[in-house]
Amino acid sequence: MTALDFSTTLGNAWFPAPTFTASGCASSGRELSQFFDIKDMGGVVTKSVMLKARNGRPTPRMAETPSGMLNSIGLQGPGIDAFLAKDVPFLVEQKARIIISIAGETVEEYSTLARKLRSVSGISAIEVNISCPNVENRGLVFACDPEASRRVIDGVRRTIGGELPIIAKLSPDVTDLVSIAKGVVDAGADALALINTVLGMVINLDTMRPHLGGKTGGLSGPAIKPIAVRAVYQVHAEMPQVPILGMGGISNGRDALEMIAAGASGVSIGTASFGNPTAIMSIQNELKDLLIDKGFTSLRQAIGYAHRPESE
Amino acid sequence: MAGINKNATQIRANVVSNKRVGQYHQLIINIGDLAQTCRPGNFVAINVGGENSRMVLRRAFAISRVSANSVSGGTMELIVAPHGQGSKWLCAQGEGAILDIVVPLGTAFGIPTEPVQVLLVGGGYGSAPLFGLAEVLNAKGCRVDMLLGASTASKIYAPMEGKRAVNSLRIYTEDGSMGQNGRVTEPIAGLIEDLNIAVIYSCGPMAMLAAIDEITRGTDVVHQCAVEESMACGIGICMTCVLPVSDSAGNIAMLRSCIDGPVMDGSFVQWDKVGKAL
Repeated sequence: MTALDFSTTLGNAWFPAPTFTASGCASSGRELSQFFDIKDMGGVVTKSVMLKARNGRPTPRMAETPSGMLNSIGLQGPGIDAFLAKDVPFLVEQKARIIISIAGETVEEYSTLARKLRSVSGISAIEVNISCPNVENRGLVFACDPEASRRVIDGVRRTIGGELPIIAKLSPDVTDLVSIAKGVVDAGADALALINTVLGMVINLDTMRPHLGGKTGGLSGPAIKPIAVRAVYQVHAEMPQVPILGMGGISNGRDALEMIAAGASGVSIGTASFGNPTAIMSIQNELKDLLIDKGFTSLRQAIGYAHRPESE
Repeated sequence: MAGINKNATQIRANVVSNKRVGQYHQLIINIGDLAQTCRPGNFVAINVGGENSRMVLRRAFAISRVSANSVSGGTMELIVAPHGQGSKWLCAQGEGAILDIVVPLGTAFGIPTEPVQVLLVGGGYGSAPLFGLAEVLNAKGCRVDMLLGASTASKIYAPMEGKRAVNSLRIYTEDGSMGQNGRVTEPIAGLIEDLNIAVIYSCGPMAMLAAIDEITRGTDVVHQCAVEESMACGIGICMTCVLPVSDSAGNIAMLRSCIDGPVMDGSFVQWDKVGKAL
């Protein structure tokens, strides 16, 4: 039995395992804690929280698609103050490692959110979600615009200071992901979360109209896994020093290892938890066994392994 | 908040039997001691399609009845309409098949502490959980009357043994092919008065639930309804199955029908805002 160092880091944040929830796919962790001890996974990435309470988009908000699903939630949430008062203390009490995901409509909103998080204890990192596809105006998807992405991250970095790692969550719906990734890293992001959902649509053949209340939705699940692996690979190839939290359709240990070999330092599990509340723990265990089987002695060795020179 | 879904457990469960009943399938599933924690109104989330299926989401089904001490241990009964790919797959699972299920989930129908007059209203196969509920209410000494409705006779689910717990059962079909011709909501206002109904329990299409709310609004009749919104997870993490619901102070929020429902107080649901942006 080989000893395996399963730990990982995102910026200066250390995690005992590389497995996380994906923002928006675990609410704030309370619901999953009925099924397993949430401190046993790498960490909880909370549902992206905004400054004010938000109702989100009308129903239907969901459509199952081949090997995936579309969602159109629209960042429903309690607002940062209620979130910090109710949800964070629960996660701290559970001894879970916490990555708080924030989303805003303006550059200033992100900075204000960052200010509110500055003094909160028990947080490992901040995910800055600049790529939610379910906002009324697609122009608000900062991650489709290199300059807007940079401004958001710069504002958060200035507000938060140098301590807490910033993870920028990016959209795959861009022509040149690498240049956007470089922009946010230059602006102060310590790590990247790749990928958010892919914009999609389902037409309901009964009504002969778009099925979702929000018309378009974000596609997730195994259907997008190859897109995610490609995105992680491309970005890691250009910036191997920047840690990536990889996500998009991971539903078993093999998927997780693909993502890590492509260059991810950790993986987030989203849609798989909808189908199976204990998916994260299964994936974590399968990944650990796979790494050992393949002769790795640490997770770190496997990160970006697919990029090794031909001669190795 | 003391644990969400505090009894919910993920298990691999055996199909004890699968019988066709008209347009529906009756599945009996062995859930052991979990049967004791299931209440009328609760639902189960079932993984469908087997391994490597392209269906990635669980399917939610109302538990129609549980039996704590059947020959095969604790069981639950589901009445499933083979509508979509997932329910068709489930209806094709025979005796001995193993299902990955999470149970029990969601809120349950509230049972009156006093024996009162209650009316149960079911639409289509939405009537299934009402028979288990009727047994519980009957055991409490409540007088239980039931109305069932559907578009046509083949969509009425009314098992013979289920009728034992009810004082009266009236059936309505929109095409007149069974029972009386018309909508199930038509006699409700009259029955509330004639039978001095204290509580209406309803389960069926959202339009039916909304119509019942209109009838009970402004009266003392409590309307407990089991709502239906499509869910991706059933356990409260996906935020897709939401409904606009007000609290007693009148603040409206999008509540999850899997956690705050499926059984809700109909008078708090904002029926006119369902499917609209708040």
